[in-house]
Amino acid sequence: MQFWKTTAAASALALLSGTTAMAACGIGAGNVTILGNDFPALQAVVAGAKACEGDGLTVEANLTTEHDKLQVAALTADPAQYSVKFVATSSIVPLLQNDLIRPLDELVAQYGQGLNPSQLIKIDGKVMAVAFMSNAQHLYYRSDILAQAGVEAPATYEDVLAAAQAIKDAGIMEHPVALNTMTGWNLAEEFVNMHLGMGGSFFEPGTAQPAINNETGVKTLEMLKALVGYSNPDYLTFDSNATQALWEAGELAMATMWGSRAGGILDGEGSTDAVVSATMLAGAPTVGGGATPATTLWWDGFVIAKNVSDEDAAASFQAMMAALSPENIAANNDAAVWLAPGYTPGPAAAGVIASARGGAQPYPMAPSMGLMHTALGNNISEYLQGSESAEQALADAEAAYVAAAKEAGFLN
Amino acid sequence: MSAAVTRRPPAVALIATVLVVLWVVLAAFPFVWTVWGSFKVQGDFFSKADWTYALTGVRTMAETGSPFTGAGYEGAWVEREFWRAAVNTMIVVVFTVIISLTFGTLGGYALARSGYRYAFWLLMIALVFRAMPHITLVSGYLLPFFEWNLWGHLPTAIIVLVAINQPFTLWMLHSFFLNIPKDLDESAMVDGCTRFQAFRHVIVPVMWPGVITTGLFSFLLAYNDFAVTATLLSQQNQTMVPKIASFLGSTQVEGNVMFAVAAVVSATVPLFILILFFQRQIVSGLTAGAVKG
Amino acid sequence: MPHRTFFWFILPSLVAMALFIAFPLVSVVAQSLFVEHEQVLIESEVCDPFTGCRKELTVDAVATAQLREAQPLGRFNGLGTYTDLNHLAFAEVAEAWRTSEGLVDFGGQLMNLPFYKALAFTLTYTFVVTPLVIVLGLAIALGVNGLPKLFKGPTIFVSLLPMIVTPLIGSLILFWMIDARGIIGSSLQELTGDPNLSLKASPALTWLTLIVYGVWHSAPFGFIVFYAGLQTVPSETLEAAIVDGASRWERIRYVVIPHMAPLVVFVTLIQLMDNFRVFEPIVGFSAAANATSLSYFIYADLTDINARFGSAAATSVLTVIGVAILLAPVLVRTWRDFNRKRA
Repeated sequence: MQFWKTTAAASALALLSGTTAMAACGIGAGNVTILGNDFPALQAVVAGAKACEGDGLTVEANLTTEHDKLQVAALTADPAQYSVKFVATSSIVPLLQNDLIRPLDELVAQYGQGLNPSQLIKIDGKVMAVAFMSNAQHLYYRSDILAQAGVEAPATYEDVLAAAQAIKDAGIMEHPVALNTMTGWNLAEEFVNMHLGMGGSFFEPGTAQPAINNETGVKTLEMLKALVGYSNPDYLTFDSNATQALWEAGELAMATMWGSRAGGILDGEGSTDAVVSATMLAGAPTVGGGATPATTLWWDGFVIAKNVSDEDAAASFQAMMAALSPENIAANNDAAVWLAPGYTPGPAAAGVIASARGGAQPYPMAPSMGLMHTALGNNISEYLQGSESAEQALADAEAAYVAAAKEAGFLN
Repeated sequence: MSAAVTRRPPAVALIATVLVVLWVVLAAFPFVWTVWGSFKVQGDFFSKADWTYALTGVRTMAETGSPFTGAGYEGAWVEREFWRAAVNTMIVVVFTVIISLTFGTLGGYALARSGYRYAFWLLMIALVFRAMPHITLVSGYLLPFFEWNLWGHLPTAIIVLVAINQPFTLWMLHSFFLNIPKDLDESAMVDGCTRFQAFRHVIVPVMWPGVITTGLFSFLLAYNDFAVTATLLSQQNQTMVPKIASFLGSTQVEGNVMFAVAAVVSATVPLFILILFFQRQIVSGLTAGAVKG
Repeated sequence: MPHRTFFWFILPSLVAMALFIAFPLVSVVAQSLFVEHEQVLIESEVCDPFTGCRKELTVDAVATAQLREAQPLGRFNGLGTYTDLNHLAFAEVAEAWRTSEGLVDFGGQLMNLPFYKALAFTLTYTFVVTPLVIVLGLAIALGVNGLPKLFKGPTIFVSLLPMIVTPLIGSLILFWMIDARGIIGSSLQELTGDPNLSLKASPALTWLTLIVYGVWHSAPFGFIVFYAGLQTVPSETLEAAIVDGASRWERIRYVVIPHMAPLVVFVTLIQLMDNFRVFEPIVGFSAAANATSLSYFIYADLTDINARFGSAAATSVLTVIGVAILLAPVLVRTWRDFNRKRA
């Protein structure tokens, strides 16, 4: 793993040079306008950029839950409504597809010396985005309950099933397992994780033709069904809020949840000391004899709009660099699993880092992956509920994908 | 209505009273529960362990040292500056209601007084317009609004809400004007008034009950709207409902659900006052206006 | 009223509706007839923080932009989007008809198609909730009308609560209350003696939950309209009926109900339309596994990261057509009334 290894050295260096960077925030005139989601880590980045205001530099932000709905229209307008957009692994795709963001190579060369090289998201050799946070779903387990049932911490999903059975047999819990299996995006994300862990792929190589209705796809679904067999019957309504609440109430022994939820789970709020002290974070398990953890890694980063003036683009990039300075990262150390220099991984980051070190794959950036994700989310719950076969569910998902991909121009 | 007409046999009165009491409990219970719960911590109000925590406040005791906490209110109003959203909502709602009603009374009056077939077809088209899902319309506005620099401003959201609400307003007010006798304005016109003067001096003074009722529905639409305000307003101009949505967090990030609960309870207060204030007019408005299909 | 005067009176309304509803409506219809350009796909090297660089498929934005410039609207598809699998699914329905053994099997295959599955729920919801809202609204209105004056005000206010609390939070809180561990969920478990009862797990119970919520949420609308209508029941007619020896029921049947008929029509009209577009409770109650609706599809299409405008446009047009069909009987009646009045 490249990024956390270099972190310590880089942050030491950056701390030395940091003071000068702070004073040199004087970027010159320009308008920085930012669009992104509304949560604490991004609020901290925006606050960092706002600290540079003055001397003709204005920084305005629109952090909203509806950001993804706005991004294409907002950046298509000329001049674009926003110069900076915070994107994630999947939401950069429509911007790339519509050619709305600019290559950052020159800006990186000029102002981005402090960045870790691994932060640069390159497509065809051109830097299109700068990543600054990461996230992944991974395993949470309760050491006390596993010990009580006499099982080891699971390393594979097969182990998870065995441990769940042992817990059930010992009469400790009726429903010891939970995943984020709400119908729709969440359920599809579990399928994606498991399918990649099984070594599967989603498309015929080099095309947008679907390739999930096969043995690997069936095995993926069977594993998901086996897991939800140990979940509360409400599992099709489980989003992150539900699984986190169940965990904090001490109702679960093992769960796959987002790394970004670890901070909230490990603080005492909403939970008892007994639960918190026994909560262990581990990398995502492997599955079906696969070598890499069955999860996908996500990054969050920023892009710069194409339809803004070069001056504003340069000002925006510099404002972002100032916001992502090692001091700012260190000051908000626990708000996220940062990729930028200045970060010291805390206990809440353990699961994400272990998954990454285990060689987990990034979430696929294929342009039609979003359509595949949606088709999966809408079609596999019927199999889990037992009202159709795995093959039928996969065939339905493929058919729904093909119809959508034709409308979007990926297939003819 | 005279006493003889309203008097009921004891059995009927009993059934009716039981029914009303049952309904009042059903209608009020979730709200009362929410008001109570807004003074607890999330671990109590949204407990997966035991719902009685919400009553006893076990976690609230453990986390704050007292059975009640104002943390949700403080977080929403002070930390996250919910008052800004409240001010924006007030502006949006007041202007939406005023403009909606101005346009609606003029149009509704015309539709009620015109005997031509096109008036009927206009009403039908208005119904088709009302059937259009808001979210589809709003997505269509985005690109032109960004291009023309109209996006993000309060007046834009206001005029969109007015337009989206026009079909319902027209229908309701048109039916209301049908109930005002034609002789009133026609005799004024015989006396030499123009149509507008007749409207202004004869109709306006008697139309208030119906207008206020229609206004209530415009008010509720603008007040509770999410689709329009969440997509068309920038963060500085954000209204209450999208602000509340931002408290809820997302898949990856935990939100502050208790901020949202406290904000919702606070957001209901103006509605309380408004309805208590206009209660008589609302009912008498529908009385006179009562929409005739 | 002369055409000229009519025009000036209606102008503001008309301009607002033309700009913000009619134009978008036209563009929505146009959009639904087109699909996007072919996306030119190429293999590129993609580098990210986790695994270094690898080959992935990407869109050749420049080549695609050229295609787009040549045909700004996209590729004409006629009614192709309307008939594809994610909408009316003509081919799949025909296939199911050919291969099915009997009507039950055909129905089963039909329910595997997203559009028809959604339609089944939407129509059930519409035709259960609408009459219940009318009956319950009328019953509450009659009940409240008989209350002593002192209690009327507070009762009216409380009755409006289900309608005025924003559904965003209202459904979140109710969703938690009906959880197996929540106050309503666990009370139901006590009542039915079934410790495994979960309102969220089975399709049937999810439908029931949504319908109960729908009635609860819309009943205040019926109530307030009917309550107001009751205030105008002509008391002379009622008194005359009493003199004639009409029973209480006969008075309701022959005097009150005919007087309320126009209001019932109005509430039916609005309720049919709103219930057919049911959407918020499906999201609020995370019910998409068991119940979907056309409006939910539109929402899903438009909020997806790759927004599918063409698909959403087609579903929107289908929604409007659906509403028009549902309302047709009511509208024909209005047309007759209108012509009678003119005569």
